[in-house]
Order: sequence, then structure tokens, then C-alpha cells
Amino acid sequence: MRNIFAVAGIVIKELYRRKDFYVLFILTVLVCLIMASVNIFNDKHIVRYLKELCLLLIWVSSLVIAITTTARQIPAEREQRTLLPLLAKPLTRTQLIFGKFLGCWLACGLVLICFYIFFGALAASRDHAWPLLNYFQAAFLHWIALGVVVALALLGSLVFAAPSSNSTICFVIVATILTLGRYLDAVALAQPEPFRSLIYAVYYAVPHLEIPFEMRNLIVHDWPLIAWNFVALDALYLLAYAAAFLVAACLVFRRKPVN
Amino acid sequence: MQAGEVFGFLGPNGAGKTTTMNVLLGFVPPTSGAAYLFGIDVRQPIARQRIGYLPELTYYYKFLTAEELLRFYAKIFGLPRAETDKRIDQLLKLVELEHARKRPIKSYSKGMQQRVGLAQALINNPDLLILDEPTSGLDPLGRMKVREIIQRLKNEGKTVFFSSHELGEVETVCDRVAIIHQGDLKAVGRVQEITGQHASLEKAFLDIIGFQTSTTP
Repeated sequence: MRNIFAVAGIVIKELYRRKDFYVLFILTVLVCLIMASVNIFNDKHIVRYLKELCLLLIWVSSLVIAITTTARQIPAEREQRTLLPLLAKPLTRTQLIFGKFLGCWLACGLVLICFYIFFGALAASRDHAWPLLNYFQAAFLHWIALGVVVALALLGSLVFAAPSSNSTICFVIVATILTLGRYLDAVALAQPEPFRSLIYAVYYAVPHLEIPFEMRNLIVHDWPLIAWNFVALDALYLLAYAAAFLVAACLVFRRKPVN
Repeated sequence: MQAGEVFGFLGPNGAGKTTTMNVLLGFVPPTSGAAYLFGIDVRQPIARQRIGYLPELTYYYKFLTAEELLRFYAKIFGLPRAETDKRIDQLLKLVELEHARKRPIKSYSKGMQQRVGLAQALINNPDLLILDEPTSGLDPLGRMKVREIIQRLKNEGKTVFFSSHELGEVETVCDRVAIIHQGDLKAVGRVQEITGQHASLEKAFLDIIGFQTSTTP
């Protein structure tokens, strides 16, 4: 575990010393504050739109940070040749993969804390309420979903040569799952065989990130809390996918030549 | 190799020097046979506990300072905090980077980066140091500084295994050398033995690898 934490520490240091997070955070804050300063159509419930937009920006920003940070980890180690002195130490390739995953995932957690604190403050300035447990449920499942995305991007970084192609593919996959994933079963039903079975197979194979994504509604429309055992079950479901991607990444990395 | 000696590993480009080092470090599996370091199979991570390695032309994490980089590697070796602090102070003094210890590595010159590389290779106080062309790409001053460090390590009794194209450097620093060509070990022995009746190590090297030098008219 010591080695995994050491590698994770470097990843976190890299994130807060680079400008990516600050740029995205400032952009989100600026857009939300500008939106908050105007009252379009004199709508009393305008705060709902403001919350929805802010949460959407938080999701987009967190995905950008998760995917771009993770996608460059192993390729950068190869390109800068830091992989050589690193693996010349008593560190296994599996520990390196787990360290990179943990670092990226924890970094995403820190990013989410900053974003959700801002969101809470912005919402409270209009709603005068702090539904902390709702925020916690949404942020927690959001973070777990990012764990799947990070593991997927890490696997992609070992399969695809360039970080840019890996990032693009990851974005397309994640965006497709978030927007169309829940409709795949309905699409399958309308198709003839063998497409029906094929689409059903895809429906059951892909990690469904929609529940964390739709947790936005819980906050936007002030819905009651979701049962905690359901939150735990969804977290376990997503963590199983993250674990599967990580195992695949370790297997691929073991076969990759270092030099 | 014998303990406490500086061993030069010579060969033309593509001879197999780096590949041999990669096998010794467990980066690539040997096509046949097995490699052992201190009696431990090199495929076991623990075999790397007692070695230090400096690869050719490495650009360390730019966002870290030299001190942070060394602390990171020390953590991987499981060095206690007090020991780490002591080692970092000693190594930064050895490689003459004390003045730049808090500066990010991105602001370092190539020579400074190579010296921080040497420091990271020494963080665990290794019994064997493997250096892959440690002076490659450096200016004469940078080469001299790295050579001085290797000399100091030799005086401290460290075992050093290094590959180089700089035969003059090898003559100065090494106790013994090995010459490989196309994956075969062609010669091994003390520098004077290898040089033999040739005028210099360079001439002996060219003769051993079968290169016909043109005679001046």
C-alpha cells in the first residue's frame, strides 16, 4: 500500500500544480455568477435553472479533469522516460496502475469538494437552505461514477497510443452512456434479431452512470433523499466496473514492454 | 562483476548494451536463460531493492522539486523519515544541487537534470549502481561533473556498472570493461589488458568489433 500511496501522492501534486482545474473552476464560477446575476422572464423559480446549469457544468468539468488527467499519466511516464527509474525501484506494475488510479480518483474527489462547496454556497444565496445530505448523496455517487471513468481512461491509455485519441474515445463512450444508456433497452426492443440481442448485450455490459448523473434532479427539484441502501448498492455496482477495468489495465500493462 | 569496482560496458549502437540492462532490471524477459542480482531472480521486485539505476536521457517530473522527487523515490524504498532527510541532504550535496533543491525540475539545465537523476539512483544507498550512458547529451562541463561524481562513488567503494560511448571516459574511470557486439560478449578484462598492444582503448575497441580502420596514405 505504501507504494500505491506514494504514486497517488505524485498524481495529486501534479493536478494542483497544473492549471487545468483552476481554469475549469474559474470558468464554472464565472458562468454561474453571471447567470445568477440576471433574472430571465421574471421567473420565481429561476434558481432551479441556475442549479441545473451549475450541476451540468460541474459534471462536464469533472469529466474533463478525470479523463484528461488520467489519459496522460502512463503515456507521459513513457514519453518522459520516468517509467524506467520508477520500475527500476521495488515497485510492481500492478502497484503503479493502482497508484495512478487512486491518485486520479482522489484528485477528482478533491475537485468535486471544491465544486460542490461553490454550488452549495450559490444555491444557498438564493434558496436560503443547505440540504447537506442531498448534496452528499449526489457528490458521493458522482465521485464513484468518476472512479469508473478514471479506470476506463487508464485502461484506454494502455490500449491507445496517443492520450488525445484515448480522451476523445472516453468522452464519446461516457457521453453516450450518460445520454443514451438508459434508452438502449427500448431501442433493442424495436430491432429485429440479431441486432436486438446485440443491443441488449451492450445495454447489460456497459456501466450505467445515469443514476449518479440524474442525482442532479434530486437537488434541482428538492426531492427527498434516496434510500441509503440503494445508494450503497449503486456504489457497489459502479465499483465492480471500476475494478474490472483496473484488472484489465493491469493485465494489459503486464504484457507491455517498458522501453 | 566484483564488489567495489567500476565496470564499463562498451559496444557500438545496437550491440545490446541497453537490452542487457533492461533484462537485469526486469524490464524485458530474457529470450533464454535467467538473470540474477545478488542471487535473486530479476523478475522479483525485491531484486531491485539494492540497486540504483540511471537511464539515458530522462526528464524527471517537471512539477516537482529535486527534494520532492528524492522524497518520492525514498518512500518507494520504505526509508524512514529521518533517514530520508539525511540521505537527501547528502545526495544534493554530492551532486551539487543544494542551491536548487526547492526549485522545480522544469527550471533545471540538462546537466542538472542528469545530476538529479544520479541522486535518485543513489537514494537507497545501493550496493550496485547501473548507469546507462550517464554523460550522453551533456556539455564538457556537465560530463566532467558526472565523471567526478562517479569517481567519488568509486572512492566510497560503490560498485558501478555503466555503459558509455565515451572511451576516454571509460579509460579514466573504469577498473574493468566488457565489449559486446551484436549481442555477443567479445572481450572482458582490465582496461590495460584490453588495450594490449593497441595505441588506445578506441583502437582496441574498433579491432575487437571487427571494424577495419583505413590507413593514412
